Amino acid sequence: MVLALVEHDGGVPAEASLESLTLARGLAAEDGELAAVAFDTDGSGPGEGGGGSSGEGGPADGDGLADDLAAYGVTELDRVTHDRLDRYAPEAWAASVSQLVDELAPEAVVAPGTDRGHEVLAGVAARQSLPLAANCVAVAPGEPGEPYELERQRWGGSLIEHARLDAGTKLLTVSPHEVAAEPTERADVTVRSFAPSLDDSQFRVRVSRVEESDEEGVPLGEARVVVGGGRGVGSAEDYAILEELADLLEGTVGASRAAVNEGWRPHDDQVGLTGTKIAPDLYVACGISGAVQHMVGCKGAKNILAINTDPEAAIIQKAEYAVIGDLHEVVPAITEAVREAE
Amino acid sequence: METLACVKRVPDTGASIPLTDDERGIDTSTLGFTVSPHEECAVEEAVQQVEAHGGATTVLTLGPEVATEQLQTAVAREADKAVLLETDGSEWHPAATAKAIAAAVRAKSEDGAGFDLLLFGNEAADTEDHQVAVRVAHELDLPYVTAIKELDIENGTAVARREVSGGSEVYELDLPAVVAVKEGINSPRYPSMRSRMQAKKQPIERIEPERSDGDGGGLETIRLEAPAAGGGEAEILGEGPAAAPRVVDVLDDMGVL
Ligand SMILES: Cc1cc2nc3c(=O)[nH]c(=O)nc-3n(C[C@H](O)[C@H](O)[C@H](O)COP(=O)(O)OP(=O)(O)OC[C@H]3O[C@@H](n4cnc5c(N)ncnc54)[C@H](O)[C@@H]3O)c2cc1C
Ligand SMILES: Nc1ncnc2c1ncn2[C@@H]1O[C@H](COP(=O)(O)O)[C@@H](O)[C@H]1O
Repeated sequence: MVLALVEHDGGVPAEASLESLTLARGLAAEDGELAAVAFDTDGSGPGEGGGGSSGEGGPADGDGLADDLAAYGVTELDRVTHDRLDRYAPEAWAASVSQLVDELAPEAVVAPGTDRGHEVLAGVAARQSLPLAANCVAVAPGEPGEPYELERQRWGGSLIEHARLDAGTKLLTVSPHEVAAEPTERADVTVRSFAPSLDDSQFRVRVSRVEESDEEGVPLGEARVVVGGGRGVGSAEDYAILEELADLLEGTVGASRAAVNEGWRPHDDQVGLTGTKIAPDLYVACGISGAVQHMVGCKGAKNILAINTDPEAAIIQKAEYAVIGDLHEVVPAITEAVREAE
Repeated sequence: METLACVKRVPDTGASIPLTDDERGIDTSTLGFTVSPHEECAVEEAVQQVEAHGGATTVLTLGPEVATEQLQTAVAREADKAVLLETDGSEWHPAATAKAIAAAVRAKSEDGAGFDLLLFGNEAADTEDHQVAVRVAHELDLPYVTAIKELDIENGTAVARREVSGGSEVYELDLPAVVAVKEGINSPRYPSMRSRMQAKKQPIERIEPERSDGDGGGLETIRLEAPAAGGGEAEILGEGPAAAPRVVDVLDDMGVL
């Protein structure tokens, strides 16, 4: 049996969880038993309410989560129910999953490589004294009881590590957006409620409140056009020409870490490994050299147009289009030409 | 308030990452070294909390003798004390790293220099294991939270904020506690030339850590691989402002106009 941690928002499974379920299903092929563990919290996002109801024996009427998971081959859903688990609590979740591991003795536990997924599995790993392979993208199970051969991302995905994971129960997280979520033949799913034994000490930390952000405008991660500026922009003031082009294209401005470190832009604008991952139709990279840590943040872009004085810059190899020249002249010229065209 | 910030020495990679001949590691012969941006922020946060509440900041690394370079950089950024858990430079598993860090922290609290706030990067730049902080917390039986982008200490309680889609989650932890932070929580200061020079004179406490490998099996690297770089060469649309009309044509074809 393979156990998969599923994050959901009021009963709707998160995309990253469906991706990790898809990978987990491949590991469960031996006996076909794929168990999902989900917590009955009041939704994980701001303003969401109402977890699903739980039942014993079979998918209760209206158990949308069990129904959704059945489409991904889940044969058993363990709904963790506890009167104090209405809100996420790192230690309580780790303790619950760890107790479920004791009960089910699964071959593997798979979680999405999200903040929670990592935090919970790290907690399970510590409790169980087991290794944890983070950010997996492919796993070959081999014979039952044998080590897994796996591939996982390192350095923000700029390197792939081929590794061997040897443990009684293999703990894995799955890197988001790397494994396509694919439904399969529907399984008959048994829904159980699992009551962990928890005490005060496991509730030392829990979400005390959720706040909605008051940000306006298009979030960087969702923008269709991003005009990014790097060290080549030279000053905070000179971002005005990038703002102008971005506004015209109904997009938003991004920045490299070098520019953020200079204090020219807030960290919220940073594109890259330790910033935001973007997936626009067009990314205009102005005065950005193309370091791996920057590029992992914009590899989701359909098209990259690089504007750089240096024809040898790494970004030129990684972009679809390039203009060689000083961005301070090129960007206003493009803005002008777009205006004329419209 | 006593704060601890844990950092890991990693190669400072640029536009590509050169591998060693056996493909098990990174060829660092042409590279400098640094720490993860999250860890720079952990150091800055430790220092800022001490500036606000008094006390001292200790920076700690587990690594080879040359990792003193990373400790000195942290000292130049106003950390007060530095501890090196000296290894032979081989890679330690996260569980072993965490046990060694926890043992060092325990030894300090027996000395009466226990820490109120233990700060970590959310993940190390090279391995991205996402687990050392949680494992240390477990060893020391301390409350923990990771992925934190804002931290306030009020009357012995840490109020920590994590970004989630559409907003943020707020956690409250009684100190002592373990907090793993993400870049963006603060803007790390640039050390001045003078503080860099002074940092070189800072005594470094060296501890020989005990390596506890092997429990519960392991994760062993077979080889590293650079994923195939897609694309190739960009189409050059021209040089200077004269390229603008071509750019407009291309944007039009893309459908972004
Ligand atoms: C663990 C780790 C995580 C990181 N995370 C991130 C991240 O999330 N995001 C990120 O961006 N970086 C990140 N970095 C930093 C990254 O390695 C690079 O240092 C950074 O991306 C460089 O920024 P840059 O391209 O703006 O600057 P540079 O590398 O200095 O490049 C400037 C470019 O501008 C060009 N230029 C100069 N003047 C002009 C002009 N007038 N007109 C046109 N072009 C001009 C130059 O030819 C050059 O190509 C990370 C590093 C590490 C170690
Ligand atoms: N060798 C080390 N020495 C000191 N701190 C470390 C070391 N390895 C990891 N850490 C800390 O633990 C965090 C998470 O690391 P990891 O679990 O490896 O992703 C890092 O950002 C550091 O703060």
